[in-house]
Amino acid sequence: MNEQDARAVVHAAIGKVAPDVDLADVDEGSRLRQDLELDSLDFLRLVEIIDTDTGVNIPERDYPAVVTVAGLIGYLASHG
Amino acid sequence: MGDFLMPSLGADMEHGKLVEWLVKPGDYVRRGDLVAVVDTDKTVMDIESFQEGVVADLLVDIGETVPVGTPLARITQTPAETGPPPHGESGVHGAPAKPAPSPRPVARPSAPIAPPVRHLAHQLGVDAATIHGTGKGGSVTRADVEHAVAAHAGSRVRSSPLARRLAGEHGIDLAAVPGTGPQGAVTGADVHRYLGSHEDAGIQVEPVPLPRELPPEAREEPPAGPPAEARERVASLRRAIGTLMSRSKQTIPHYYLSTTVDLRAATEWMRSVNAQRPVAARLVPSALLLKAAALAAKEVPEVNGFFDDGGFRPSPAVHLGVAVALRQGGLVAPAIHDADTLPLDALMEQLRDLVSRARAGRLQRAEMADPTITVTNLGDLGVESVYGVIYPPQVAMVGFGRVMEQPWAQNGMLGVRHAVIATLSADHRVSDGLRGGRYLARIEELMQKPEEL
Repeated sequence: MNEQDARAVVHAAIGKVAPDVDLADVDEGSRLRQDLELDSLDFLRLVEIIDTDTGVNIPERDYPAVVTVAGLIGYLASHG
Repeated sequence: MGDFLMPSLGADMEHGKLVEWLVKPGDYVRRGDLVAVVDTDKTVMDIESFQEGVVADLLVDIGETVPVGTPLARITQTPAETGPPPHGESGVHGAPAKPAPSPRPVARPSAPIAPPVRHLAHQLGVDAATIHGTGKGGSVTRADVEHAVAAHAGSRVRSSPLARRLAGEHGIDLAAVPGTGPQGAVTGADVHRYLGSHEDAGIQVEPVPLPRELPPEAREEPPAGPPAEARERVASLRRAIGTLMSRSKQTIPHYYLSTTVDLRAATEWMRSVNAQRPVAARLVPSALLLKAAALAAKEVPEVNGFFDDGGFRPSPAVHLGVAVALRQGGLVAPAIHDADTLPLDALMEQLRDLVSRARAGRLQRAEMADPTITVTNLGDLGVESVYGVIYPPQVAMVGFGRVMEQPWAQNGMLGVRHAVIATLSADHRVSDGLRGGRYLARIEELMQKPEEL
């Protein structure tokens, strides 16, 4: 998956989990938990949606790599 | 017969606005069937019938705001209780004469039908009199009823609001989803399962990119609210929380305790379990903590129940309220029923369902009305500890902070472990620090054997 596709997937998934977040205004360095205020259940749902949409299953040990929006996009681009 | 009243959906509720009728005159409802959707200051809730019968009249129009206790609908007794009539339309005994709102055949002769089949038709929500019988002598068989249900499927599938929303989002027909809820109702979990299984079968579920989901205020059922209405809702929720919390602080003599819970065993166990699971079945630490909080509440009854005019009434069941922060501001604390008896996976599933419905503003009456103790898990968003304010008439509030690594001394050795600060705010009219301390100590002990939770 190229970075553009990965970005579209991530934006769509965040839009579902946190519909109030306006991604146009979000810096990609933003942290999902602290800055976008996703709790652990939101985060799990995000990982689940990405798994459903792309088949990329992010194991727990890789969570540290997907702390930020940019990190998540990069992870998908290299694993998808 | 009896009236279906605007219920009180929490200590602070004085009125409610009828948002949607889930039944229409002539429908057969059983105890527990969802009847209407009511908007309180806090959330939009599905409310259920406390009686069995036929809906004779809807007394309140959609959009009306009425005080608690106002009759919303008239429900009359049905032949199911008095024995079915030998023939014909399921006559509505004792129903007041009413103009049928839609052309509905009332007295036309209909096919013979055996009581069990009629009952099935009632249960599935189809009018037995309208079914074409293919059995002996033109009688209606079970298969006929099932066919009729299938034919009506699009509009007649019993389903939860979450299920309907998910189905809408994914463009699937609810009739195709096997329901596991009450009377075969399709739940959100059923839809997730359905989506999962069809993805396995290679069917593209949802292409990206997706349209952004609308905020709850602007979703389908209630008339799309202008931003002013959304702001008013947040302000109204703020007032409701303020009123309730003021009452709590004015009437409940709180005391506060805290302890640090060693999570080494729990995090290691959870990591190994999750590594073998698909994303949808993974656990989060909150689920383990909630289960421990519920089990401990069962063992220390002084923190589980209600304090009202009659003094303290301990609750035999543990209905664990979970404080859910709403993304647009404010919070609600609906209950996971009998949380102490639920297997961990079931509790996890209910937690996810409850939180997503709370965020979507769609909770059920019972969930809002009867938590016996509440847990707040604010730590998820970063703080080390949280001391909650008790929700009256409850007598305790449990708080969990952030799961963090910290230096841990044991047996003269220093190591690094995951840990969480658990707090208890409890009512001094009911318990004191010794019992409260016992409660937190039990949580600590239970968390050391996560595989037994």
